[in-house]
Amino acid sequence: MTHMIEVTELHKTFTLHTQGGTSIPVFDQLSLAVAPGECVALYGPSGAGKSTLLRSIYANYRPQSGAILIRHGDRTVDILAAAPREVLDIRRHTMGYVSQFLRVIPRIPAVDVVADPLIQTGVASEVAKERAVALLERLRIPASLHQLAPATFSGGEQQRVNIARCFVVDYPILLLDEPTASLDARNRETVIELIGEAKARGAALVGIFHDDEVREAVADRLFEVETYQAAA
Amino acid sequence: MTTALMRVRNLDKRFDTIHACRNVSFELHQGEVLGVVGESGSGKTTLLRCLSGEMLPSAGTVEYDVRMRGLTDIAALSEPERRLLRRTDWGIVHQNPRDGLRMNISAGGNVGERLMAVGARHYGEIRGEAVDWLERVELDQDRIDDAPSTFSGGMQQRLQIARNLVSKPRLVFMDEPTGGLDVSVQARLLDLLRGLVRDLHIAAIVVTHDLAVVRLLADRLMVMRRGEVVESGLTDQVLDDPQHAYTQLLVSSVLQP
Amino acid sequence: MTVATNHNGGTESGYNFAYLDEQTKRMIRRCLLKAVAIPGYQVPFGSREMPLAYGWGTGGIQVTASIIGPDDVLKVIDQGADDTTNAVSIRHFFQRTADVATTEETEDATIIQTRHRVPETAMKEGQILVYQVPQPEPLRQLEPRETECRKIHGYAEYGLMHVKLYEDIARFGHIATSYSYPVLVNGRYVMSPTPIPKFDNPKMDSFPALQLFGAGREKRIYAVPPYTTVKSLDFDDHPFSVQKWDQACALCGAEDSFLDEVILDDRGRKMFVCSDSNYCEQRQAAGYSNPAAAADIAAYQLALQGEADA
Repeated sequence: MTHMIEVTELHKTFTLHTQGGTSIPVFDQLSLAVAPGECVALYGPSGAGKSTLLRSIYANYRPQSGAILIRHGDRTVDILAAAPREVLDIRRHTMGYVSQFLRVIPRIPAVDVVADPLIQTGVASEVAKERAVALLERLRIPASLHQLAPATFSGGEQQRVNIARCFVVDYPILLLDEPTASLDARNRETVIELIGEAKARGAALVGIFHDDEVREAVADRLFEVETYQAAA
Repeated sequence: MTTALMRVRNLDKRFDTIHACRNVSFELHQGEVLGVVGESGSGKTTLLRCLSGEMLPSAGTVEYDVRMRGLTDIAALSEPERRLLRRTDWGIVHQNPRDGLRMNISAGGNVGERLMAVGARHYGEIRGEAVDWLERVELDQDRIDDAPSTFSGGMQQRLQIARNLVSKPRLVFMDEPTGGLDVSVQARLLDLLRGLVRDLHIAAIVVTHDLAVVRLLADRLMVMRRGEVVESGLTDQVLDDPQHAYTQLLVSSVLQP
Repeated sequence: MTVATNHNGGTESGYNFAYLDEQTKRMIRRCLLKAVAIPGYQVPFGSREMPLAYGWGTGGIQVTASIIGPDDVLKVIDQGADDTTNAVSIRHFFQRTADVATTEETEDATIIQTRHRVPETAMKEGQILVYQVPQPEPLRQLEPRETECRKIHGYAEYGLMHVKLYEDIARFGHIATSYSYPVLVNGRYVMSPTPIPKFDNPKMDSFPALQLFGAGREKRIYAVPPYTTVKSLDFDDHPFSVQKWDQACALCGAEDSFLDEVILDDRGRKMFVCSDSNYCEQRQAAGYSNPAAAADIAAYQLALQGEADA
């Protein structure tokens, strides 16, 4: 497979057992392939299932049928069928994910939060922290905040910590859920640069960008999730 | 693919009319943290007791990768072999530190006990190791000669962890490790546990009713209800996209601060 | 078994020989055989009510009563001395119930019942040393559960015993346990040598006489057969050592015996004398003395005189 991600005939429905078994179909027969160095922007109105698709690729959500093939090292793995420890291995080495919200253990300094994914790939802790500091500086998080826990940061600062935490590792695949939502213009520029660099080194990216400017700057093509809307 | 560290097949545990665990199966690998959640009475603690050899299952097997022997049914081990496993290759962290510590023995003695149990007979070395471990669990080494009864709850729990990890176990069982601690202490303990488990590449089975604890600590999750595993998978999968009605109820019942 | 055949003329009437009935003695002897067969192992036995309170040597007395015969010569010591209350009472007890000969000479005795000491004079093959034991379980203070203690002994999981010694060093800088210092018997069972001072521990190792231990309240019997290894537990960097005194016995000048401190007056004046009274007397009879302590002895005699006058 020449693609980094290959989604085929994906179907996802939420069933809410606590609300009388209500079914919410999201998408059906969805297929999408992403090549190395390509950035695909998921497009569509809110509720179309963009985040659900992104989370499904990350194996955070479990679609009912279909396959999501991920190139992991020199192998291709269907992440929907993979054993939990294989999914974790893919997340550790192959696939990074920027969520909308930062979710970490309280009271851990920002620099450790950022360095953590890199340390998990086996990089020495000093080297990882150096890289974390550099990235935080690039994203304009003042040095005085590096040793503080991100829980006390502003929304924009937390978002940047989140971005740094993902870009600290050179993942071959990056999933970005509104990475620039609460950023000012300068930081948005930096994120665009980071995405550009990732593409240049051959990473495959899938993202949700509400900001037209950012989307136009980074996306190679748009993918309309709504096209695959399942019948309710 | 490496072989499993622990393999559980069709484990069943009955007490007279109560069916505490039904048909539980899973595999655990080196370095993996498995969370077991469910409400009180769902069979979590009974499962943990069967896994740690404290109880024998009514049916089914619990196999463990005993050093030099490979996967072995722990019920087939002799009692002294099981006891040896429990104080060397396994660690058991109790919810109440009083159950896991010797309250009238100094902190250093508590940490050193496992070393002495496997034949350490050099006081200086035992003490050196104890100092080292107190530091790792962020306890002031000046407290080494104090009895745990003079420690706060959080300190006792950290001491219990040091006492268990000093023998470099490969598998640690934890029953509500943060239960009974105030939230600020919980966070610090969770971070400590996570770091230790990762640095030492320890596998762990964590039983708790606190979903926040498993989200931060566990790679995988099993949801138990009335003795049965109703759902299992990656922790974030189970918590973010729960499939079973009971899991959905559990997740939606959590109070958000 | 009849009272008449065993009952000697000069003893109290109405009691069986050596007080205990024959069935009880047989039961205790069976336990003793088992104890000898498994050195250091605590054998449970059906301890009987004795005509004295627990804590006064009921275990030792039952063991002695089970092994004593009319031809035996009994010596009883308490803290090494033949003339203390407990020793005198127990000696008297067996004189009255078994009509046996008694002695204060270690060499002449066939059975020596003791509380808190091993005699200084070397014992020899054929002799039996019976210890009165208050607490037979060396693990008791560390592990309160009896079932767990039994397992620890059964599986020889003795790491915990070293925790106790660790605690000593941590607290006092050295192993401060000076009585009931735990020993490993025959490389297998950890045993409490009862409250003898650790000074006596080395004597127990490869001891030519048979050592029997009876705990009446705790209902346990254990034994160390002759020439069995008895090793005091220790750490590599804190090896076992015994108490030492910088004085010699004030009465006999002995430098190799266990000394008791005797307070001479209200101003803190004191002297040290052998705890083993028989050993001390033998040495004095042989002409040994300690001229350096003459003044102390004079003060002591004066104090005794004062007490007698009062």
